[in-house]
Amino acid sequence: MELALSDVRGLSLDLKGIGHAFGATVALDEIDLTVAAGELIALLGPSGCGKTTMLQIIAGFLRPSRGEVRFDGARVEHIPANRRRIGMVFQNYALFPHLTVFENVAYGLRARKTAKDVVAAKVEQMLGLTQMASFARRLPGELSGGQQQRVALARTLAIDPGLVLLDEPFSALDKNLRLDMQIEIKSLLKTFGVTSIIVTHDQEEALSMADRIVVLNNGRIEQIDSPDALYDRPASLFISSFIGHTNLLRGTVTDADRVQLDAGPEIDLGRSTQRRRGTQVTISVRPENIAFGAERPGAIPITIRATLPLGAVSVTEGVTASGEAVKVSQARAAGIAKAQAGETAWLAISDVSRVSIFSTPVDDVSKFQQRSV
Amino acid sequence: MLPVIPLAALFLAAFVLPLIALVAISLFRTPQFAELSPAQYLRFFSDPFSIKVLTDTIWLGTEVALATLILAYPLALVYAASGQVMRTLITFLIMLPLLTSTVVRTFAWIVLLGRDGIINTAMLSLGLWQAPARLLYTWEGMVLALTQIQLPLMALPVINSLLRLDGNLTRAAEGLGAGRARIFVTVILPLTLPGAIAGWLLVFAAAATAFITQTLVGGGRIILMPSYIYQQAVGVQDWPFSAALSLIFTLAVTGIVFAIGALSRRCVRGVDAA
Repeated sequence: MELALSDVRGLSLDLKGIGHAFGATVALDEIDLTVAAGELIALLGPSGCGKTTMLQIIAGFLRPSRGEVRFDGARVEHIPANRRRIGMVFQNYALFPHLTVFENVAYGLRARKTAKDVVAAKVEQMLGLTQMASFARRLPGELSGGQQQRVALARTLAIDPGLVLLDEPFSALDKNLRLDMQIEIKSLLKTFGVTSIIVTHDQEEALSMADRIVVLNNGRIEQIDSPDALYDRPASLFISSFIGHTNLLRGTVTDADRVQLDAGPEIDLGRSTQRRRGTQVTISVRPENIAFGAERPGAIPITIRATLPLGAVSVTEGVTASGEAVKVSQARAAGIAKAQAGETAWLAISDVSRVSIFSTPVDDVSKFQQRSV
Repeated sequence: MLPVIPLAALFLAAFVLPLIALVAISLFRTPQFAELSPAQYLRFFSDPFSIKVLTDTIWLGTEVALATLILAYPLALVYAASGQVMRTLITFLIMLPLLTSTVVRTFAWIVLLGRDGIINTAMLSLGLWQAPARLLYTWEGMVLALTQIQLPLMALPVINSLLRLDGNLTRAAEGLGAGRARIFVTVILPLTLPGAIAGWLLVFAAAATAFITQTLVGGGRIILMPSYIYQQAVGVQDWPFSAALSLIFTLAVTGIVFAIGALSRRCVRGVDAA
């Protein structure tokens, strides 16, 4: 890249013991998070998990009830949003509808009383990077969703922020456009070396964009990990069902490494369950880690309910004898016979080392089970 | 289509037909309805006094509209930042003038502004003024009274457009480093301009044509178009001239209303962040 961007550096972020309550409602509790300069973090969680509150605290729109926010080691709770070197990309982009693309991108620079020729040069550079140069004189209302998002990002990056916060940035885009924009925006953010935090409830978005994902639930951090680690080694039943699709099967520990499933067979996990004999457990098996096989000891019998051809893969849904829904995902290669609804099939776990095991919660597991694909 | 027929009939009978009659009457040369000619219009435009009355009236509407605009924005910003209880209270206070009759509201101002009125009595007994000031029957008194009476016409549309403003826009501006004043001038003001224009047009038209308040608070010393027309028709019995005055006044007010509307629609786009 020929542009002089090397001096642009993201700042590091530290949250320590952050807590926030709206009246009696606790929105955030004991949040500790360290984000390195230039890192791309996703805050992921269902609606109401506290991720928006966390974003507003980092941005400075909200002062936390407790805890410390540090930028590059210095506390910033008392610094208002407009002095924090923060760039914000809103869910609806929040472009100024009465200003042209050029004026939108120039807004932050003009607010800083930047010289006119510097503003023009900088705006041109930003519009060039986001491939919006030919739209400089248009109004936001005349642009498509993807174009508006590019302008929003150009406007944010124009002020050389140390930290960019993106609030559900792709939710307003068509599904087809979403992946393209995710790739484009990720590479732009990485080019700038800016620290970025994406807030999302969409796990695919978090998995595709982030270096690390912070999973929030009920105002607490459930796990902080890389996308792969989160998918392969979820720390809780909640995460295993929230990240990707999974099958949850209940059972009882019968030996150090063996579980008797309610669905029928006893399976060997190949490693210690680290639980006492007789403990109620739930195992999580990804749909792609399970395959149709022959009737033999250890195979799980299911009754087929439906087969859904989803493009590259085909997902078969069935139900075990104990009433648990099971999904099997397989590549749609030639020669795979389509299972008919009502038939009985036998399932085998492909790789037991990738099966996660959790203690069965006191309340029902079914609240973690997903309804459909 | 059918349900609007009664309204259309009423509109035709009570507005279009009298307007046609007005045009016809204004084209007679003498009060005795003799000889068709544009004499009444020539008389108006060659008479400096008549033109002064028209410009004064337009100026009154402009001043009152400006005064309500300046008062309405702080009110709207406070309203938008308030909780539900405070909002209900503010709405009630704004609506209050609309719930009383114009005559009552105007007499209240006479009680306040009169020589032995509340303001003069208070200032004299506090020793702040040596002699009673003339507040009633002055231009300023009239502007003050009209401003208070017509504030709701400005405040309600401004509040409405402020509430519809996307909160993320002001947050985005703040995040980009803009201070409160810049956010107001570059984001809030241009984007609430449609509300302000609607309010401006209502207040301007209402203040310029407020016969009762103009007459009672102005006290006949200040001649404005409504009282001028009344005087020519009822006092002098010169129906053709007063018909011409009415038409000129109507066209002037509606012309200004349309011109401002069109002009500001263009301005909304042109507002620059600089």
